[in-house]
Formats: sequence, structure tokens, C-alpha cells
Amino acid sequence: MVILLVTEERRGRLKRSAAELVTAARELGGDAVGLVLGADPGAAAEELAAYLPRVTALRGAFATAEAVAAAAADAARDLGADVVLFAADKLGLSASPRAAVRLGGALLDDVTAVSREGGAVRAKRFSYLSRVTETVEALASPVVVSVKTNALAPAGHAGARGTVEVREAPAPADPRKRVGERTAAQGARLPLEEARVVVAGGRGLGSAERFAAVVEPLAEALGAAVGATRAVVDAGWRPYAEQVGQTGKTVAPELYVALGISGAVQHLSGMNRAKVIVAVNKDADAPIFKVADYGIVGDVASVGPALLEAVKETTAG
Amino acid sequence: MKVLTVVRQVPDAEARVRAEGGRVDLTGVTFVMDGMDEYGVEEAIRLREAGHDLEIVAVAVGPARFADALRTALALGADRAVHVVTDEQLDPVTLAGVVAQVAREEGAELVLTGGKQADWDSSALGPALAEHLGWPHADWTTRLELAGGELRLRHDVDDGVEELTVTLPAVVTTQQGLNEPRYPTLPNIMKAKRKELATRDLAALGAPAPRVRVVSQEIQVRPRLNRMIDGEPEEAAREVARLLRTEAKVI
Repeated sequence: MVILLVTEERRGRLKRSAAELVTAARELGGDAVGLVLGADPGAAAEELAAYLPRVTALRGAFATAEAVAAAAADAARDLGADVVLFAADKLGLSASPRAAVRLGGALLDDVTAVSREGGAVRAKRFSYLSRVTETVEALASPVVVSVKTNALAPAGHAGARGTVEVREAPAPADPRKRVGERTAAQGARLPLEEARVVVAGGRGLGSAERFAAVVEPLAEALGAAVGATRAVVDAGWRPYAEQVGQTGKTVAPELYVALGISGAVQHLSGMNRAKVIVAVNKDADAPIFKVADYGIVGDVASVGPALLEAVKETTAG
Repeated sequence: MKVLTVVRQVPDAEARVRAEGGRVDLTGVTFVMDGMDEYGVEEAIRLREAGHDLEIVAVAVGPARFADALRTALALGADRAVHVVTDEQLDPVTLAGVVAQVAREEGAELVLTGGKQADWDSSALGPALAEHLGWPHADWTTRLELAGGELRLRHDVDDGVEELTVTLPAVVTTQQGLNEPRYPTLPNIMKAKRKELATRDLAALGAPAPRVRVVSQEIQVRPRLNRMIDGEPEEAAREVARLLRTEAKVI
């Protein structure tokens, strides 16, 4: 089995998800080849060579899903790849379906595990707003897989370093799609999807000021990213980039602290994979308590600051 | 210009989903038009209201119940609807091929659809459709303007927000923030009953071979401790912090 692992350089470095894709490749078994795309992919390719025997870096403009999909499909064809792996971040989720169509293959998207059953590639993924786990099997080849970020443990380095070949990307960017200005996510100190701890707030906080006063210091103390519910984002208290849920981001941190969040199913679908969930809400019947490991019934205005003090004491000791 | 808006009829978010014998059982579940697709229908209507000369065609590929989503789209303002009726569970890439065939036959120049469907939790439909058609696409769109055969959009990317210019024909996937979908009014619901809702046979569109098979489905259960901590805020907070440190070992 030949596996092509597709990733991009981000600010000159290898994306963190690349090591998770290596885990997926090892799970499937076979010969894995790395493809690193970017304007300056050399250093990232060197990083990837610590995991894989062979890495190709393509230097070019890969700002669009179209360009990434085309390069990945060309490389997959050249290699005769059976499996093509992408990270299921926004770019990967956007490029991988196009690559699957270009290759006439199957797409297993946003998966949390991959395996091989006989000759077939199988994967686990969520459906119905993350309420259902399903096992899917590819019926066509090659199989394009996008792997949810944070779902698999990052792989360790291989015993021997792989070779790196840097090449110029052949095709210029498609003039039908032109990328303009890119603004970094507002208030995203730590990318939500990559955070080990998330402190999130809901309507129960009452105002944008209270949200900032209660959620931010606790997030700071825990080294956490800030998350918000849709109601909070709709009310304009927090930027969309912080929204967790069906129409926002999916997170799977070690710890999720839900402050003043009632627990609508749309929100749960974005955070119910957290390892440990703490919920604070003044309504004892709030659905959030059904998914919580530790719950406190109380007003976030007083419990929030108390939690901040307690965390400071505990982590200092 | 012809605009296609692709819609799905999915379980209401509040509906209880069960699984029986390794398969999701949707008996007795309330279905609604996918909220993400509503943004697409709304945006098409707003483009027309902004003065663009558009015919809006709502398209659905799925079982008989999907007709309800098409009726809703017609009541909101779509001109007519096309329903490719099938009980087969098609994966997004295969289904995108069917929609692409409809788009070609209709001579559409813009296709709008939801960024992520609430039943199969996939965001692949839009990009796969664009690739089938050989068009560019923009996904996770939060702002859209049409001028001189070009779309100027704003959409989410991994590290923030990006401005895009895309030449038509193109596929756009929608999401929250793009607009605030309207509700159908009673007169418009009545009017929608007289609008054309054509049904098509999947086989007549080339009966595509599915590329993915669902092996099994089960309700995701993650055991939770559900431990409620009583006491005054300071006391309860200290206990939770202690448990997070010593028991859960996450801080």
C-alpha cells in the first residue's frame, strides 16, 4: 500500500497535524511518502523527514484549496498512491473532496480513526451533529482521507531520517480565484482546535463585559483558549472565531470548562469529545450537566472568580 | 442568470436520534430544512432583491421527505424546484456528481449550499461539486457580493478570515453570519404550492456507483461522571480544582 501524506508549511514550520497524519499512515501500514506544499516548504519538509523515508516539497502558491487539491492529485497519480491523507483543518476539508473527485476515488472525511480490514480502508467518523459514531468503508480507489485534528496522537520520529527533494510547483495559480487580504482571527491567542484546555462562556454570563471579566482570566490561568456559544457570538460579545458548536468549531481538549452555558445540542456537538467537562450554571436542570464530569450549580458571576482563585492556589501548590 | 440552491431535509437538531442494530433509526423524528442550507436560499433571494436578474432553482437529492425542504425553499422565494428522488444513501462525493449533472442541464452559473450538512456532518459537498464541474469554489462564506460576473466574498480560513474574488461560474458554501434567513409568510406558503416541483429519477441521471459504504452506526456515548459539587462558591470551586488536579489530572 502506497500512502501520500499531504501537508503544508505554516509560517515556515511543519503543521502540528502532520505528526498525527504520520500516526494514521502507520496505522494503515505501507510505504508513506510526504508532500509539503508552500511558498517556502524546505524547512517543514526537513521536519517531516524525521518521520518518513521520503519527502517531496513543492515550492509554489498554495493559498487556495484548488491549488492544493491539484498538486496532491498529481503527486498521488505519479506515485500510484492507494491512500491520500489530509488534515481535516479548513484547508484540508476544502481541498480533499476536490482531490477525491480529480482522482475518481473515495473520500472518507473528518475521520477520527483509520484502519485496514482485509483490503479495504475503513474509518470512524461522526454524523448527526456528532451524536452518532459511524464506521465507513471506501468502495473506490484511491482513498482520500481527511483526519480530524487532535484525534490521533502525534507520531514519534522514525529511526532513520528520510530524503528530502525540493521542487518548483509547475502550474501557476488559477486566475478564476484570487485571494485577497487575510486577517488573523480576532482574539485567537491560542487556536481553539489545538488548545489542550478550553474555557467557554455562554449567555449566562449576562454581558460582554462580564464574559471578558470572568472567562478571560480563568483561560489565562489555565493556559486555555477562549470559546463561546452561538448565542454569545450572535449577541456580538465575542468574535465568530471563538464559536464552538455545529456552526462553529469542533474541539476535543483535555479539559473543557463551560461557564453559563445551558448545553444546546448544537453546542454539545462541538465540544462533547472533551476528555473532562466542568460545567457551572445556575439552572440545575441545564442539559450541560448531563455531559459534565463535574458540575456546580451557581451563578457564574461568583463561581467563576472563585474557580479562578482555586485554580491559582491548586496549580501553585 | 440561473442560481441553484441545494437543500437537504435533516433531523431537527433537538430531535432524539436512536440507533438500532448498527443503523440510525429516524422513525418518528421531526425533519427540517438544514439550517446551513437556509443561508444559501436566503442569499440567493437577497441577490435578486439587490437587483440581479436571477432564476432561483432549489435542488434536492434524497428520499421523498426532502420535498418538504424544497417546498420551504419555494415558500421563501425560489422560483421552482427539482427533486432527484432516491432512497439510496449516497456519499457526498457521489451525490455531488448528481448535483453537478443537474447544474449542467440547468445551465447554472452559481450554486449555493450549506457549509456542513447536519445529517452526515460533512463539508465535502460544495468543494466536490465544484471539482465535478471544473469551477472554483468558496466555502464557509460570511459575506458575498456579485458584480460584473465576479463574486467578492469573505470566508473563514484556518488562521482567520480571508477576502476572495471568484469568477463565475462558481460554487459557494454558506454558514452562520452570512445573513439572517427569513421565515416564509402564509401567503408565500400558499403561493409555493402552485410553483413547479419537478421530480427526477436518479437512474436517468446516470445512477452513480457509491464510493463509500456505511458499515455501522452507533450512538456516541461517552461515560461522564456527572458529579455535582455542592457548597458555597469558594468551597465548591476549591473542590473542583482539587478533583481536576488529583482525580482527572488535567490541570
